[in-house]
Amino acid sequence: MSAVRYLALVPVATVMLGPFFFNRVTPFLFGLPFLLSWMALSLAMTSVVMYIVYRFDPRNAPGYVELGE
Amino acid sequence: MNIALILIFGTMLLALWLGVRAQRGKDMSLEQWTVAGRGFGAGLVFLLMAGEIYTTFVFLGGSGFAYGVGGPAYYMLGFGSLSFVLSYWILPPIWRFAKQHRLLSQPDFFAKKFNSPALGILVALVGVVALMPYLVLQLKGLGIIVSVASYSGLSSTQGVWIGAIVTVIYVMVSGVHGSAWTSVLKDFLVLAVAIFLGLYLPWHYYGGITPMFEAIELAKPGFLALPATGKNAVWMTSTVLLTTLGFYMWPHMFMASFTAKSEQSLRRNAYTLPIYQMMLLFVFFVGFATVLQIPGLTGPDIDLALFKISIATFDPWVVGIIGAAGVLTAIVPGSMILMAVSTLLANNVYRAIRKSSDNAEADNRHIGRVAKLAAPLVMLVGLWFTLQGGQTIVSLLLMAYSLVTQLFPALLASIMPSRPVSKAGAIVGILVGEATVAVLSVTKMTISDLIPFIPDFLKDTNVGVVALTLNVIAMLLVTAATRSGAKQDSNQLRADSIA
Repeated sequence: MSAVRYLALVPVATVMLGPFFFNRVTPFLFGLPFLLSWMALSLAMTSVVMYIVYRFDPRNAPGYVELGE
Repeated sequence: MNIALILIFGTMLLALWLGVRAQRGKDMSLEQWTVAGRGFGAGLVFLLMAGEIYTTFVFLGGSGFAYGVGGPAYYMLGFGSLSFVLSYWILPPIWRFAKQHRLLSQPDFFAKKFNSPALGILVALVGVVALMPYLVLQLKGLGIIVSVASYSGLSSTQGVWIGAIVTVIYVMVSGVHGSAWTSVLKDFLVLAVAIFLGLYLPWHYYGGITPMFEAIELAKPGFLALPATGKNAVWMTSTVLLTTLGFYMWPHMFMASFTAKSEQSLRRNAYTLPIYQMMLLFVFFVGFATVLQIPGLTGPDIDLALFKISIATFDPWVVGIIGAAGVLTAIVPGSMILMAVSTLLANNVYRAIRKSSDNAEADNRHIGRVAKLAAPLVMLVGLWFTLQGGQTIVSLLLMAYSLVTQLFPALLASIMPSRPVSKAGAIVGILVGEATVAVLSVTKMTISDLIPFIPDFLKDTNVGVVALTLNVIAMLLVTAATRSGAKQDSNQLRADSIA
């Protein structure tokens, strides 16, 4: 889990850097203005990345009990 | 009475029936009314959290903002990404602490974490002040929808009153159970309408989505990207940051996390909610489709974009279905906000006043009755503000966001293992942040008015960042001055937890 959780920084970086580096209308990406497409892809990537983080997090395993409970 | 109005009324009655029916078989104690006895599984928690995504802010404000400003509207996609990432790590410890101490509201959490009833009252007051503009924007949206979708068969004021009465009834009867079950109806209907409009309108008027964007780029070059000044990249990223930090600071969102049965439910939402937020694209398509078809809407009228183009395109029965979906985007989130404000006033303000005046601890049954009776009074205040008119939906929400975001630094400090902030630091930080937001909102100052020597590229930063920065500085300075207090509070709480 320790290394996998840093994957969550990827969508954070794409959202925060996109407006500075990809602030353009053309070329259209997937038929949408470039920046709009970039932000939508960041959102889709958030879902994929957070699913990976969730799956590799031992706290979500069935029957997991927090120490001290 | 036209067909559109019949469909809108029918949907309101269905929502009322679902909302009232939701309390069947449950003893509506304060804990059931506010946090559903902490018994909601992943599905209902998802619906409560997702309910926040499809409010009139998105349905009317999202399409209106895309119509009015173009590229800057994309910030709504950005804060969705970041909020859900953040939720994975902040919601489980909040839920765990709330469950351990049987807390019912956001101020309870702060008061218990910092061992400070005064901080609890401050957080309750901030919550009430921030939620009022949020309730007003739902009611404002409701008025627009009923009036426009009924072809002026009902006035905006009549629409607002009818929606408000429906909401108050099922909030008083069913509390959060009513909000959860009407969310089911709302989300199905809104999803269907958003996808249909987002696909049909570009095809009908332009022959497709890409041809629509090509036509807009030809007519208004650069409209679909961020401008060089004003709402530019710096504005967008600072606004995304502020709204991300504020997203779960809303009292009703905070309390929605208390309803979960387990912390896994909350973590699972971190990967399911972003998919749901993707539906915003279709709402944007509606706004963009309107740009060249119905030009000239300005100021608060940009919120009418979705309905103006719907009326120009469809028969009344289709407009009625769109109006019905729109009504639900106002009354379902409105019910959660109403319940949150009523709970804050009863559980955290009234209870504290009663305790200090006659030194008597009110029991939860009595507080529950007060909360239910507060609901219609809160709604009346919301109605009064709504009927005053004024700002656009998005500008109202961004102001309210600046207020709730000021709670984030203290919250973050509270869930750190060593809690590095004293209660005095937390209180002063919040007060400084809120005072800054109030001054900036009243004087309409920009960041370059505040800091004349600021570098050019930072001049368009959202002014809420200034309030947040001053908040953190004040919090740390006061904590440094009262350092022993932080340790003492923390040790006291640890001792309480062990006991």
